[in-house]
Amino acid sequence: MTAGTVMAGVNAFGSEASSASEKDNAIGPEAVPIQLTINGVLKEVSVEPRETLADTLRDHLHLTGTKVACNRGSCSSCTVLLDGVPVNSCMISALDAVGRDVSTIESLASNGELHPLQQAFIDHDASQCGFCTPGMLMSCAHLLQTNPHPTFEEVKRAISGNLCRCGTHPHIFKAVLEVADKQKRK
Amino acid sequence: MDMQRVERALEKLKRAVGIGMKRITMPHGIPGHSLTQVEREAPQEEPPAWPINDELSVVGKSVKRLDAHAKVTGSAKYTSDIRLPGMLFGKMLCSHHPHAKVISVDTTAAARHPGVAAVHLFGMTDSKDDRGQGEFPEITFAGQPIAGVAAQSLQIAEEAVKLIRVEYQKLPFVVDLEEAQKKSAPVAFHINVEEKFSDRGVKINGNRYGPWYGKQKGDVKRGFADADLVVERTYKTQVQHHCCLETHGVVVDYRDDGVTVYASTQSTKNVRDGFARTFGLPANRVRVICEFMGGGFGSKQQLGRTAVMAGYLSKKSGRPVSLMLDRKEEFLSAGNRSNSIQRLKIGARKDGTLTAVELHSRGTAGVGRSAGVGNVARSLYPCANFYSEHYTVLTNAGPAKPFRAPGNVQGAFPVEQLMDELAERLGLDPLVLRDRCDRSEIRRLERLRGAEKFGWSRRKVAGASSGTVKKGLGMAQATWPKMLNLDSTVEVLLFKDGGIEVRSGVQDIGTGTKTVLAQVVAEELGLQPEEITVRIGDTLFPDGPTSEGSKVTGSITPAARNAAYKVKRQLFEQVANTLGTEASELAAAEGRIFSKKEPSKKIAFQEALRMMKNTQIGATATRSENYEGKPVSEDLGSVQFAEVSVDTETGIVNVERIVTANSCGRPINIAQIESQIEGAVIQGVSYALYENRVMDAATGHQMNTNLHQYQLPFSMEIPEIEIILIESYDAATSTDAVGIGEPPIIATAPAIANAVYNAIGVRIYELPITPDKVLKALNKI
Ligand code: FES
Ligand code: FES
Repeated sequence: MTAGTVMAGVNAFGSEASSASEKDNAIGPEAVPIQLTINGVLKEVSVEPRETLADTLRDHLHLTGTKVACNRGSCSSCTVLLDGVPVNSCMISALDAVGRDVSTIESLASNGELHPLQQAFIDHDASQCGFCTPGMLMSCAHLLQTNPHPTFEEVKRAISGNLCRCGTHPHIFKAVLEVADKQKRK
Repeated sequence: MDMQRVERALEKLKRAVGIGMKRITMPHGIPGHSLTQVEREAPQEEPPAWPINDELSVVGKSVKRLDAHAKVTGSAKYTSDIRLPGMLFGKMLCSHHPHAKVISVDTTAAARHPGVAAVHLFGMTDSKDDRGQGEFPEITFAGQPIAGVAAQSLQIAEEAVKLIRVEYQKLPFVVDLEEAQKKSAPVAFHINVEEKFSDRGVKINGNRYGPWYGKQKGDVKRGFADADLVVERTYKTQVQHHCCLETHGVVVDYRDDGVTVYASTQSTKNVRDGFARTFGLPANRVRVICEFMGGGFGSKQQLGRTAVMAGYLSKKSGRPVSLMLDRKEEFLSAGNRSNSIQRLKIGARKDGTLTAVELHSRGTAGVGRSAGVGNVARSLYPCANFYSEHYTVLTNAGPAKPFRAPGNVQGAFPVEQLMDELAERLGLDPLVLRDRCDRSEIRRLERLRGAEKFGWSRRKVAGASSGTVKKGLGMAQATWPKMLNLDSTVEVLLFKDGGIEVRSGVQDIGTGTKTVLAQVVAEELGLQPEEITVRIGDTLFPDGPTSEGSKVTGSITPAARNAAYKVKRQLFEQVANTLGTEASELAAAEGRIFSKKEPSKKIAFQEALRMMKNTQIGATATRSENYEGKPVSEDLGSVQFAEVSVDTETGIVNVERIVTANSCGRPINIAQIESQIEGAVIQGVSYALYENRVMDAATGHQMNTNLHQYQLPFSMEIPEIEIILIESYDAATSTDAVGIGEPPIIATAPAIANAVYNAIGVRIYELPITPDKVLKALNKI
């Protein structure tokens, strides 16, 4: 290659999406059709084996409430419940979610009624930019489900993997404790 | 541009002679402390002054965020969530070398890769003639984007960029601030000072670029000679990354009849103007949309290379292209807070009078040009003799960008620690020393109220705490100017069917701008914020301010109030007859319009809308200059108190409690202000103890480009934060509001450092205060 030579490939500019025959040449394993149970509904999707559950939710099912911030298991923005347990959906392959129940932030409110935690987050101004909020809420929802009357320490621990760069923590603590307190009084 | 200047000059002239102006009486000062009424000259078309918040109905209350529902349900669409029909995903190839010349690039295989629709190389335009000719841009840091592809899926795009072959000629590099200043250091890269910078006397010498001088005063030599005590120390601050949870990125939909850019940006108008310039389009052909943004903190103010790349990829492919940086790219190229080495020398008399202040600072912004450390000492402690000199050092690392209170955060660390040291050596309480040399009335009050809430009187002499885990108390203070952006316009529309709408191009960085606008307009119209629809973050609407310098609230709310006032008077004109009164007699409150003289003459606001002649009426208003008189009474001070515990066996510092006293102008939304302050304090704690970019000198690579190796605070590291808000009125605008996102981060790190000293009796001069530094200071390692 000589100095200044560049690419023949620019011809591809403006070409339409690849045709079926081109697809046959694609590197890597083919996309496979799978069924996923998302928020109680069975969904058919075709995913490549390398795809994460987070990407499948966001790109194929357009459930973009689940956020991806690190794509590497270190911020919990992408938290969903898998069979009721919080997981980082960026660290799970979509194929591994087959046959299991996936709940995303989109299912937290039911029949148009907000989950008490969602309401408490609103009441306590617990989101600033809001990007960490879905993941925070999923972690907190799981906490209250398994431990309806958590202590302050337990609330802190429940979201100790959820990164919030805006620093909403004090308001989140208050929101969760308020919901727990109301549940106690009931 | 020139026309604008002429108009402004004319405006000033008119003001000077009072044309188009009226006199109004306004509240001024601090309620419960110094509140008075003052006379001001305000533009004729602006509304009468509001009383203080106590007498208002929705302004100054903790109104819930209008968009909170969208955020908690996951329905809020951020740029990274935009999915358009036919949309492609983009990926960039970034340099692995910190400094190199690109000899050639072969994109053949990438372009042929199935599913790839477009390839673009930086340094080329998209016209055919440019192909393969000309120079490629010099590679100046590892992580600099070179080329990009757009493909059907992100996975395919990622495969394709790996197929691009680049031939480099490697060049010597330097990434360390101190190394880069040595005579033997390689030149990081060449800049043409003459061509690019008009600063007189600023030179480039090796990698050192400068000097810049602060506003010099008096004669420091004489000042030091006059001092009873002179203390001189060197301090270091690290590089901090913004770490916005949503990375930088855009979706560009380039069409012949116009371009739509969805951008995660702090300035819809900057992105529009930058994009239009780059692509040779008229600005009105570029529409920029940013409804939700996952954090910016200063790093998202300009167009950026990512948007340019996505623009070319979309133009070439004829399809919308989403291009979001991944986390590693975000660390490498999206910005950071510059680091610094600061040598600070202060002289004082026995009574605490400062006789001279001298500061020599160096910092690197990587390939960026501005690594300043502010002018903290000069703005906090007026002193007759002052000298400062700064050099920005060029290195082969990603560019610094503005980051929450840029400069002042770095600059406060030395000043506030040295003041603490001075106080101790003069035998004065740190608060007393500040009472003597800080003239700000508002900070005096903040010190007083803060100390009381914090329990400052519990503080013992340094190192007095017994046991292995030692407690310490410390304080520090900060200043930040009230800045504004006059290019801030709002339109308020009333619809016959009941809708009330506010429109502005301004974006919401997460501070709650939508809600603040709704509150101000609701107050003016006598309605509730929920009744107002707020549409922002779209350049189809009038331009709003850039989210920078804590300018938004102070710039946009007067425009909003003035527009609401204008449209309200139009509505009054339309209903006055029906009510059998004059429009000038009417007022709006509690959802009604009524006659001030005969309150029985009234009509529901909604009913009045139904009586409108047209389907809609609207009014637009722009931020005017601050009212006459001294533009602002006080800087936006913040005084902070920190309580820490230091484990002398592990070296771990734990911040237990922060009390922060802040002036906040006329607060519009208390809950949102508290959120801002807490966020700033938490970022300050993080700056003090955790965050640090680690560069490998041998390879020129950053070693911690992810969110677990780059240390950040999570819930377990969050201290108890108590806030004191000091409401104060400047009588400067129709709302007297100010933004406070930045001031409360500045004092946090030095307050913690002073508390650490108070705990262990040894000072740490370098950030972040990690366990190894503590143990070293204690002579344990
Ligand atoms: S995005 Fe999954 S953990 Fe960060
Ligand atoms: S609210 Fe912005 S990251 Fe949590």
